[in-house]
Amino acid sequence: MRELPFGARLYVAAVVLAGSVLVAVDAYLLTQPERRSQWLTVLGLSFLVLVANLLLTPLRRAVVDAPVVSISIDVPVGIASVLLLGPIGAPLVMGASALMPSTTKLPLFKKLFNAAMLALATWVAAWTYAGLGGATISYGETFDARAVVFPILVAALVMEAVNAILMVTVIALTEHVSPLRVWFGTMAESALPLFIYSIFGLLIAVVWSFAGPISAVLVLAPLMVARWVFAQFAARQAAYEATMRSLIKAVETKDLYTRGHSERVSRASVLIGRASGMREDRVTTLRYAGTLHDVGKLGVPTRVLQKAGKLTDEEYQAIQQHPTRGREITRELEFLGEAIEGIHYHHERIDGRGYPMGLKGEEIPEFARIIAVADAFDSMTTTRSYRGARSIEDAVLELRRCKGSQFDPVMVEALIEAIEAHGWDVTDTLPEIIPAPISEALPTFGSDDDDPTARDSLAELVAKSRDDGKPWAGE
Amino acid sequence: MRVVGPVVFLAGLVVIAAVTVVYSRELWQNTFTDDAVLRTCAAFALFIAVGEIMRLTLPGGRESAPLASAGALAFALLPLWIGIDGAKGVPTPLVITVVTVGSLLGAFPRAVARRAIHVDELARRILVTALASWLMHQVLVWAVPESTTTLEEQASKVAILAALVAAIASVADALLAAAIRSGNERVPFRTAVVDEARALIGIASAIAATGVLIALSYPRMKLWALPIFAIPLLLTQFSFRRYATIQATYLQTIRSLSKVTEVGGYTETGHSRRVADLAVTVGRELGLSQRDLDDLEYAALMHDIGQLSLSEPIPGGATTLVSQLDQRQIAEYGAEVIAQAGVLDKVADIVERQSDPYRPRRGSVDPDLPLESRIIKVCNAYDDLAGTSLESDRQLQALERLALGTDREYDPAVVDMLAAIVMRDAVSV
Repeated sequence: MRELPFGARLYVAAVVLAGSVLVAVDAYLLTQPERRSQWLTVLGLSFLVLVANLLLTPLRRAVVDAPVVSISIDVPVGIASVLLLGPIGAPLVMGASALMPSTTKLPLFKKLFNAAMLALATWVAAWTYAGLGGATISYGETFDARAVVFPILVAALVMEAVNAILMVTVIALTEHVSPLRVWFGTMAESALPLFIYSIFGLLIAVVWSFAGPISAVLVLAPLMVARWVFAQFAARQAAYEATMRSLIKAVETKDLYTRGHSERVSRASVLIGRASGMREDRVTTLRYAGTLHDVGKLGVPTRVLQKAGKLTDEEYQAIQQHPTRGREITRELEFLGEAIEGIHYHHERIDGRGYPMGLKGEEIPEFARIIAVADAFDSMTTTRSYRGARSIEDAVLELRRCKGSQFDPVMVEALIEAIEAHGWDVTDTLPEIIPAPISEALPTFGSDDDDPTARDSLAELVAKSRDDGKPWAGE
Repeated sequence: MRVVGPVVFLAGLVVIAAVTVVYSRELWQNTFTDDAVLRTCAAFALFIAVGEIMRLTLPGGRESAPLASAGALAFALLPLWIGIDGAKGVPTPLVITVVTVGSLLGAFPRAVARRAIHVDELARRILVTALASWLMHQVLVWAVPESTTTLEEQASKVAILAALVAAIASVADALLAAAIRSGNERVPFRTAVVDEARALIGIASAIAATGVLIALSYPRMKLWALPIFAIPLLLTQFSFRRYATIQATYLQTIRSLSKVTEVGGYTETGHSRRVADLAVTVGRELGLSQRDLDDLEYAALMHDIGQLSLSEPIPGGATTLVSQLDQRQIAEYGAEVIAQAGVLDKVADIVERQSDPYRPRRGSVDPDLPLESRIIKVCNAYDDLAGTSLESDRQLQALERLALGTDREYDPAVVDMLAAIVMRDAVSV
């Protein structure tokens, strides 16, 4: 709590105090003889939340990583307790459920704040429900379902609103941003789903009236299963990305100078994609394309990749096959979609002098044009066997010089704009075992064809081999 | 032994018996002259049909139709039946008839679209629903006094009993599924039971809960109960679908990326895929559970990834033919790469130990060597020696060499199982 600003600390303390008083009074009122029977309901509902949380425990790590835990158990339980218990009892259920062991490891003060917040919100919602003429529902008593629906939906809205206000205020006080921005940034998206989940709370209460407490288990069971499966989905997705990354690293070990290259090209490609207003699902695909763009280098003998001196024609041809080899490896991965083309054509040039197909301008797929720029940029700003890393300013100048001939000008400008806005972290992950770069001793293009200064001469070679009618690519 | 034949046959007999009873007795008259009863039957049949159309592939490839199963269960558990002489619960023959009609109705569009129809699953549903209906009748007779005219006052008791019946029915369903799979795929029955329990526990509890809910609420909410309580189950179904998709993508990716050693010229084309297929077959028949089989498959696909650390490929990629020390280094490097992912520790362990001999010292077996590693060692060696050859001479020679290696390198049980599988396939070819 120490890291919070003074105002936020004061606010958190006030909310926790108010919540504690409320819950304490609630618990006291429940000890009155005529209310004793409601303890069973309170315990039953709290127990269910506990079970729901414990179900996810083995999946803890993945759930924390998942951006949104998309299925709510709290909201249905909150609404059900408003309907079944009313203002006396409902806040206790929600306060207790927030304090129970759960998948997310929060510091104590956050847990206390959440508990107080939920208790207060439920309390206000319960009074709203009662104020609108809604009656509490209990087992064995008939009630008019139509008279319940309107008040409880309003109460659900109120509960959500109070929750949102209390939460947004603490974030706004901590981060010093306007509350509206916080709400739109973090909570607006989940507002409607949460409201819809409150209907499950109504179902629990309705079935409770004729079938008893087992209704809560029955209604929540499919939701718990769904949440459990969602968490597994998140775990799988995390596993999936981690596996892909480590396999890519294995590929990079073949070429010591390009460690971390794929990861950085992927990052730069995403920057370009976002700057040019690409849809988010395409950006994801683009990220894969960036990561995998050099996967075909596996098909190039290590001897050639690690050679420090000048390459022979045959060795160039071997290197030039890597985009085609990359396509071979990734071809069957349906989910890569556009990325496969991006991998295949990332060494094409706008002026048609690239490889493997010699495509020109708009013929080159958008992903390939993006990766070409990101690739060149990273190659220039990191250390290579034949020269040291250049500064970002130099690299930008070089990209500008080559736009229109080698690169798509739109993508070059998008990258420059994005780097100005977000900065660029040149983490040159070069391992220490590599000797210091020898800048002048070697021919300007070395063994690297990602570097545009090298590529002009390479392009000439490609043009030459094409004129000679030599096969120069894998096809 | 194939179990699916007898199961389908039994289900067929049950259906014929049920339809005959419904058709011949006063049940027919009572059912189809009362509008409310007719509507109920039609609604449930329709619900089951829709559920059947909205099938779902569970992670791991099992098929399921949660809505249809929940609808069938609900119909079997309906505690109040307005109609025939105060009978409690829906007559079992009628339950079977309605469930069969609904399922066939739902299967019809799939048949037209030439999608697979799962006869064994249909048979399972019919038998399990029959069991649930029969149990529910016993329970109602035992628990509800003769004098009760409405079940209202007994509702809480009935609810708990219905949940119990649903649970028993789910267990029976899993056992039946395990028996069918064990017969079809040569999996030991115990392993099949564990696999089915793991695969079905989530979706089965959601189905059971929804079935009981619909049955309990039906007297109050009438037909509304069907669509309303289908919503949570649909949500469950949706999340299963997403999970199954990512699971499939994961396997697809590892399969594709395992080709990197082939494209790099380190191994022969198709080597890792062949080793993986062989290893999974051997592992399955040796009784590994599905979860272990998944790890085995990943490990087998990536077992050669360590070769990427070599600057020059081994001729033919055959790790069996290089020195023990080199083999171990390749294995260790591969394990290191896989362990970096942070989520495949078991797989990394299997890969790391793939080159270890079965008996490191004369006579003594290494007790910690994972069975999966032993399987990969044998299958890898077999593929290195026999390759894609279908000539029985070469296959026999390879097997012979493996058999000779059982005094030190290879696990005899794995070699025996591999030999049995290779021989069987040779005969069937």
